[in-house]
Amino acid sequence: MNKSLSPSIEQDAVELTPQLAWEQEYRESMGEERPVENVSGIPIKPLYGPQDWQRYGDHNPLSYPGQADYTRGIYATMHRGRTWTQRQLIGLGTPADYNARLRSLMDDGATAVSLIPCNSVFRGYDMDTVDAELLGTCGVVANNVDHMERSLEGVDVGKISCAMNDPSPFTLLAFLLIAAERRGTDWRTITGTSNQSDYISHFVANHMFYRLSLPGARRVLLDHIAYCKQFVPRWNPMSVVGQHMQQAGATPAEAMAFTLSTAIQNAEDCIARGMQPDDFLPRFTFFFDISLNFFEEIAKFRAGRRIWSRITKDRLGAKDPRSRRFKFHGQTSGVDLTRQQPLNNISRVTVQAMAGIFGGLQSLHTDAYDEALACPSEFGARIAVATQNILREESHLTDVIDPLGGSFYVEALTDQMEEKILSIMKIVDDAGGMYKAVESGLVQRMLGASAQRFQNRVDSGEQIVVGVNAYKVDEDASAHTIVERPDPAAMQAHMDGFTAWKRERSAVEVDKALDHLTRTAEDPSGNLFGAIVDGARANLTHGEICERLRRDLGFGQPLTIV
Amino acid sequence: MTAKDFRPRVLVTKIGLDGHDRGSRIVAAACRDAGMEVVYTPPWQSIPAVVKLALEEDVDVIGISSLATDHLIVPKLMAALHEAGLNRVRVVVGGIVPDNEQAQLIESGVRQIFHPGTTLDDITTQISTYATEARLAAAETGV
Repeated sequence: MNKSLSPSIEQDAVELTPQLAWEQEYRESMGEERPVENVSGIPIKPLYGPQDWQRYGDHNPLSYPGQADYTRGIYATMHRGRTWTQRQLIGLGTPADYNARLRSLMDDGATAVSLIPCNSVFRGYDMDTVDAELLGTCGVVANNVDHMERSLEGVDVGKISCAMNDPSPFTLLAFLLIAAERRGTDWRTITGTSNQSDYISHFVANHMFYRLSLPGARRVLLDHIAYCKQFVPRWNPMSVVGQHMQQAGATPAEAMAFTLSTAIQNAEDCIARGMQPDDFLPRFTFFFDISLNFFEEIAKFRAGRRIWSRITKDRLGAKDPRSRRFKFHGQTSGVDLTRQQPLNNISRVTVQAMAGIFGGLQSLHTDAYDEALACPSEFGARIAVATQNILREESHLTDVIDPLGGSFYVEALTDQMEEKILSIMKIVDDAGGMYKAVESGLVQRMLGASAQRFQNRVDSGEQIVVGVNAYKVDEDASAHTIVERPDPAAMQAHMDGFTAWKRERSAVEVDKALDHLTRTAEDPSGNLFGAIVDGARANLTHGEICERLRRDLGFGQPLTIV
Repeated sequence: MTAKDFRPRVLVTKIGLDGHDRGSRIVAAACRDAGMEVVYTPPWQSIPAVVKLALEEDVDVIGISSLATDHLIVPKLMAALHEAGLNRVRVVVGGIVPDNEQAQLIESGVRQIFHPGTTLDDITTQISTYATEARLAAAETGV
């Protein structure tokens, strides 16, 4: 070799390590590069190696599934032993409509009940007090025990898990319990979840379910947890929700942080009430959004599991390993779906669902492709179920537990997400905990700022959304819009039946049950959820229970920060 | 009135039963950033409450955000505005409105429906245009 020819290059080539050589070639080939960040604001490098994994935290080597710190999953067998519960949200029209849709989805492969009530129910009203046009358009109109019985006809609630989208005061569970009582089903066999029972998430992000004042909702939730522990022991009364906050704009790290802070708040409230951590923590469940940033979502879940495992032991004093398990339901993100070229949403939902599966979820809802056009049609819902069936049965995603564990990137990102989540939780702690942080509007302001940031990124084209700000094509959206509205005649008949039923029930019993609610509300040692169950048995309606509790506990006003 | 000293007055609100307000908050903030006077309400406004507010605040445009079928009662709002003599006020709807349910809104007098994917720039520009229209209509009729 002629050393006189470019000696410096020759010398560099000898001294460069493979890593430095790659870095040099990468820089030269890429030229100017815009920095890449994930949604939570963590800088993302082009390549990860062992040095990245070891830089953060002390969690190397990895633990095993089913063992603290649960990074790799809360059960030893995870999806290889038992796949996630396939839980599709349904809610539609009259109880008869709901029942028909439920049974058809169960034939298609749904394995559990999930009941979404009409928006009038969410707002705390009976059907005879709201605009008729809106009845049953987004959920089932269930106002009393009879309606619950009809909704669940032919479904053995002693065998099949039921999720009720049922925030305080939890009338739907009360109706379910009395329906079970009438059928002779032992309450101790009933399993399921008071889905979205977390009043804080509603207050912060989604006024949708906000029926009672903040302190009133807090009281009813604690009574609900205590009552279920005693009488419906296999029911999960506490579902801590990150989904609303992420849908409302929180970054994945913020959503996880606020959810964990909410769980701490609720757990500390339970402890202050005299409950033992190991009595209620095993029944805590979590509900998260799964957005499109694939690895960020996986890291979010792995980090969340790890943090909760530590908090339950060190801060809340749990001793039972079951108290430390971070059980969660995931729902693919509706905000990510587009009205433009809506069939693309099937691809988006698939990627989101995979992130949830690799993130180690216990239960999964996949969105229908047509949710950005209207409430999901039966056709759209069936594709959403099929997407799960394909992921579970055809693609072998469940063969190996935590298949991305050990990936330099996933491990480094899990560590970084953990740091980020902890830093946001510190802000909440410094504000006096989650209850105070939402009462003052701190959390809402952070969330609004993140929502605005995201929208600006989409508007500027920094965040590509296929069909919206890139790859646009002319397409007639109406070709994909299948709008299902309840049959007005069937809804009118439902209304007439309700009116007649109200007239025929015992006014004396109704008054007695309402008084019982008030007396219990006035007595801090009484259990309000017990009084609500008694009210359901005495034929109180949902609207009557909500109205009375609003009067006694204070009316909820949404706190709005623009 | 010159174009220079004209500040559109817009009411951003939600009627009906739905509480999802991410969209309405973002649009309200964007209108404010674009130099408009913004009256913003939390969700669950009744139709009479919206009419009353529109009168009291003398708004040019009402923006209704609807994500969960609340658009179905927009024709009722239009009738109530008409009844209150607020014909000059322009109404726009943003959110999820199925294609086959757009016509009934437009027929009831809604000026435009902003579907998901519309940029904030487009929304604020359009609202400004409608506000100018409304103000000119007021100047003509003296209402």
